[in-house]
Amino acid sequence: MRIFLMIIVLFVFGHTYGQNCQYTFKGTIKDFHDNTIIADALIYLKSENKSVVSDMNGRFEITDLCAGKIDLVISHLSCETKFITIDLKGNLEKTIYLEHHIESLEIVTIQGKGTRLFTKTSQESTLRQKELFNYSAASLGEALKEVKGVTTINTGNTIAKPMINGLHSNRVLIMTNGVRLQDQEWGIEHAPNVDLTSAGQISVIKGSGALAFGGDAIGGVVVVNPRRVLSKDTLYGQTTIGGQTNGWGGNINSSINKSFDKGWFVNLQGSYRKHGDLRAPDYNLSNTGLQAGGFTINTGLNKFEYGFSVFYSFLDSEIAILRASHTGSVSDLVRAINSDEPLVIEPFTYDINPPKQEVNHQLFKTNFYKRFRNFGKITLNYDYQNNERLEFDIRRGDREERPAVDLELQTHTLNLDGEYDAADSYKLNFGLLGRYQVNFPDPATGVRRLIPDYDRYDFGAYLTSEFDYGNGHILEAGIRYDFNYVDALKFYRTTRWEERGYDEDFSDIIMEDLGTQLLTNPQFDYHNLSFSIGTRLKLSGHSDLLVNFSRAMRAPNPAELFSEGLHHSAARFELGDLRIQQEISHRISSSLTYEKDRLSFDIDVFVNMIDDFIYIEPTGQETTNRGPFPVWEYQSDDALLYGFDLGVSYVISEHWQLSNQSSYVRGQNTELDLPLINMPPFQTRTRVDYAVADWHDFNLSLEHLFVAEQKRFPDNNFEAFIPELGESVEVDISTPPPAYNLFNMNANWSFQVNKQSNLQVGLIVNNVLNTSYRNYLNQLRFFADEMGRNFILQLKLNY
Amino acid sequence: MKTIKLLFLSILTSAFIVSCSDDDTPEVVNEEEVITTMTVTLIPQGGGDIVTLKTQDLDGDGPTQPVVTVSGPIALNTTYDGSVEFLNELEDPAEDITEEVLEEDDEHQVFYTLSNDVGTVSYTDSDGDGNPIGVRFEYVSGSSATTGGFVVTLRHEPNKSAPGVSDGIINNAGGETDIEQAWQVTLQ
Repeated sequence: MRIFLMIIVLFVFGHTYGQNCQYTFKGTIKDFHDNTIIADALIYLKSENKSVVSDMNGRFEITDLCAGKIDLVISHLSCETKFITIDLKGNLEKTIYLEHHIESLEIVTIQGKGTRLFTKTSQESTLRQKELFNYSAASLGEALKEVKGVTTINTGNTIAKPMINGLHSNRVLIMTNGVRLQDQEWGIEHAPNVDLTSAGQISVIKGSGALAFGGDAIGGVVVVNPRRVLSKDTLYGQTTIGGQTNGWGGNINSSINKSFDKGWFVNLQGSYRKHGDLRAPDYNLSNTGLQAGGFTINTGLNKFEYGFSVFYSFLDSEIAILRASHTGSVSDLVRAINSDEPLVIEPFTYDINPPKQEVNHQLFKTNFYKRFRNFGKITLNYDYQNNERLEFDIRRGDREERPAVDLELQTHTLNLDGEYDAADSYKLNFGLLGRYQVNFPDPATGVRRLIPDYDRYDFGAYLTSEFDYGNGHILEAGIRYDFNYVDALKFYRTTRWEERGYDEDFSDIIMEDLGTQLLTNPQFDYHNLSFSIGTRLKLSGHSDLLVNFSRAMRAPNPAELFSEGLHHSAARFELGDLRIQQEISHRISSSLTYEKDRLSFDIDVFVNMIDDFIYIEPTGQETTNRGPFPVWEYQSDDALLYGFDLGVSYVISEHWQLSNQSSYVRGQNTELDLPLINMPPFQTRTRVDYAVADWHDFNLSLEHLFVAEQKRFPDNNFEAFIPELGESVEVDISTPPPAYNLFNMNANWSFQVNKQSNLQVGLIVNNVLNTSYRNYLNQLRFFADEMGRNFILQLKLNY
Repeated sequence: MKTIKLLFLSILTSAFIVSCSDDDTPEVVNEEEVITTMTVTLIPQGGGDIVTLKTQDLDGDGPTQPVVTVSGPIALNTTYDGSVEFLNELEDPAEDITEEVLEEDDEHQVFYTLSNDVGTVSYTDSDGDGNPIGVRFEYVSGSSATTGGFVVTLRHEPNKSAPGVSDGIINNAGGETDIEQAWQVTLQ
């Protein structure tokens, strides 16, 4: 856990004996946290070429030293080597405190992954650089599919949002480099602004157990962390170059890190990727290109006792949205559903035309930490995020140059986190958070605002604890309180205001009557209390049992409160409701992990009971002069989700390994006794790995993915009169597509170029058989098939 | 400690800058692109009663239904000079969307789908490529008394070269519907 090492001078006894070389330097080596003695640490004197080892009592003694500067190198099996210089003027005695982390190593062994865990009793999985390498040209959502229980909810092929056990968007927090991402995350079509290539490690925590990140993670938390900074004198970097045949795209990513032994570091990273129209097996997916680029700068001082960092990231992306998915009326939607092929198919191009999104995300962060002996660590963070989202629609005339949606979301967050780890058997974490957010929708679009102007203030406080009650059993408990206050300025159509019944319930918030529209000032505050309690039981040397109960509360987001408009790709009106209150989740989860010899397996089960679960469902139809549109309203009902995620792997021989991951979730609206919409169907992923270390770390894996047909879905079909057909037809927007099988292949090599450099080569083939299929969790599934076969080549040079 | 002080100072400053910048009332947006009103005017070539078919939805995509009217019955066996006008009455004065349609005539086409022997429509205008637009047309009414559908659809970015589209058959046209209304007309 802590790779740092610290030395503090406690007592200095100086006795002068003259100019000769008869001085003695002695001392004791102890743990920084709890004063326990550390034996077998190596103390090496560079100048004298002498070394000693600390004894059972942590004591060491070096004799016959001359006066002057002495360079010491102190190392221990489980600590990072530390260099210090002392100025010897006489006999000297020092107590040297090391950051000793045998305890953390034990936890690492349990996981077998060597990664940092954020919780001890939640269901947590981690993706590391090796796995991420294969996703150098992909989005965060796609990479997270490697984690069992994580799927994505997509809008077309390029916008993918992570979905954890059936929940997504606002119910999944995304943390990048310790900062909670604020990027209009409520929309399904708003992909998280994360540059995967800048990530060193990604963790997924299912459920809301990680209270330090937020109290509203009803689905879970995705933690994206940059590469760890080493506090020794190094200069290293890496460059990845890749290409793909589907969409004829390419990607490049480069990073360089410089660290100094005093703890200073600087890290620069930049990436760019682009592809043109993607291709389904039978046709071109017109207007599905993408281009994205970004860079990060990270610098600071990283010492064990104190440090600070300054981080800035810039990410800009332009994403085309399938041309055929833009509809103007229900009859357009009916034509699209009835047609086997998309209604617009044009030749391949790199051009990105409307409908499209242009999103720019900037993040500035600075933090400062200090460790206190016999206490722990205090960290102060400040971050500022600026998210600019432009959405361009098919419009008449020169308006196509003008965005139809233009939102600027700015967020300032200040938080203080503390960690108390001086005690042997328990650990405490606590923190305070203050956040201010302002949303500005630019009226120059000429389109009524999708999300209104608002100011939002958040305040949060948490306390979590971890208690070791012997034999490796751990108890974890935490509590968090959050306060949210939203102050919005929203225009309502007078007719809509009355139709919603707001004239009776909210007449006091009208600021101005403009005839056909009303300017209103909705102000809401929410008090949220979340807690979590769990335990990890060590059943034997090979198996662990985790049990956790978490309660989380989430306040409604701006879309759920204020939506009022037409959703073009769904041909429906979406209406928010000012009366919506928080939803409350109670999630019970348990995991069993077993690892012995060649076999390892783990199973996660969960039950998530959500009171007043906020969802959108059709409630009727409204007629406009483009015909009737179904009306979908946000509302809340009690819901129940439960399911399991299973992972098994078996080492057959030195070269062969077989593994499987399977997930199932069932979601039910318990008030209406109906299935929940957009629940991922059962899926199972089986992989055979063939590895030969002698062939340049050769690894070949063949993967089979089976995704079942979702048989449980709410029937939201409706009747609509289609004038051009002269009759009413049933519009089938509910039936999920059939099950499908996909095969993927992946080969990796690693070549040693010279002493410091190695070259990793990855060849990936996705959808090997070029299967045509549609995905229930793709919002554009009515319009086109998914991507066909794709060859991807990635080259990564570490130097 | 110096660092902490500096940090606090910079945070306070930035919070202050942000919080005093937005006390203004936001500007109202009137939908620019909505077609609130479509009026089809049928003028009998030999003289007689002009027939107007009109649909008007003054709250645009709001909940109020459009008001759909037909001024009177259509005469039998009569040739009418037809035209259609599109307006956005949310703007003041009302914006004539017909002009926008004509400016981008190659990207628009109006379709007339008539049922139950109401008659036939033929185009009398064309865009730069020689394809019909459909803002002007000729309508020949049916020969027997009947009641039927008179459907008018404005499509944006249709495929004008698809089979039958230049003859006014909508089925292969593609594109998106900008406005569509079905009137019940009476021939007598």
